[in-house]
Amino acid sequence: MSDPMRIRAQAQGDKTTVRVLVGHEMESGQRKDAAGKVVPAWFIQSINATWNGKTVMSAQWGTAVSKNPFVQFSFKGGKAGDKIAVTWVDNRGDKRTDEAVIA
Amino acid sequence: MKKYLATTLLGLSALALGSMAFAQKTTAEGIAEYRAMLADGNPAELYEAKGEGLWKQARGPKNTSLEKCDLGKGAGVVKGAFVELPRYFNDTQRVQDLESRLLTCMEQLQGFNADQIAKTRFGDGEQKTIESLVAYVSAESRDMTFNLPQKHAQEKLMYEVGKKVFYLRGGPMDFSCASCHGEDNKRIRLQDLPNLTRQPGASTGFGSWPAYRISAGDLWSMQRRLNDCYRQQRFPYPGYASDVTIALGVYMGVNSKGGVSTAPALKR
Repeated sequence: MSDPMRIRAQAQGDKTTVRVLVGHEMESGQRKDAAGKVVPAWFIQSINATWNGKTVMSAQWGTAVSKNPFVQFSFKGGKAGDKIAVTWVDNRGDKRTDEAVIA
Repeated sequence: MKKYLATTLLGLSALALGSMAFAQKTTAEGIAEYRAMLADGNPAELYEAKGEGLWKQARGPKNTSLEKCDLGKGAGVVKGAFVELPRYFNDTQRVQDLESRLLTCMEQLQGFNADQIAKTRFGDGEQKTIESLVAYVSAESRDMTFNLPQKHAQEKLMYEVGKKVFYLRGGPMDFSCASCHGEDNKRIRLQDLPNLTRQPGASTGFGSWPAYRISAGDLWSMQRRLNDCYRQQRFPYPGYASDVTIALGVYMGVNSKGGVSTAPALKR
């Protein structure tokens, strides 16, 4: 079970700023464990944010992104009460979507 | 879609952008700015949420939650408990810090084996549970001021023991805690070293743990931080939740009186 994301979205004028804290191990596949065996890569491959169902940010990530990454982006439009949904998919095929309301 | 992308900041790229502006500022200002930038997305918040869930979830051989756990302010009271720990507990008849008290609760209420958890490596098994729990408990006292009780004879004794241990020099490098944390305005490379013997240094240091350590990618409890202090001094490792670590907690905590707790904070 993956941990929930923390999403905060704030509208200011015609711009909305979204800050997302993602809980993920983001294993690079370069590390070895105590027994000397390679820890298999495990990372988010794509992350997508929608505003009322419309994509406002999408990115492809790799192993260089840190553990528990923080993402911030802004887009034009959006007002208090609108819905923001963020979805990620990792290289194991695991998926998670969390929603927040613009403040 | 490009026009919606405006600004996307990912972890390290935020740092790179910040460093361009560092040139005209002093080092301390630069570090403060870097911290402020990261504080926005402190991953400790993820642990807080996880910890709250674990606190309320029925677990262990007895399948009970920790909601009846007495952290010093009565059974189940979490708010404000952190800024009064370590303290003396009547039921166990000893002074306990947050981690050792959680071990007691996990043993008595949930039926876990406390000794076994104390021997578990940091970041494994139930130690991972404790990391989340300390994040939750300390967060409930965020921005409150430290006010450790010093009424009981045991609490006074532990303060004196902690002071002795703090100044005890030893190991291959002849180090003590005081070698790094006994004077004002010291630093190692870019890290400011708080003077833990008095305010405001004491609460700056003591009051920011547990913290999310970026370099470790994990949330560290006070016990883990102390363990690392002893590693750096090349001392043998102190036992988890042992009396010596609790005594140091009392010493630093009492010195922090009146200071504000910022835990769980964000560290390099």
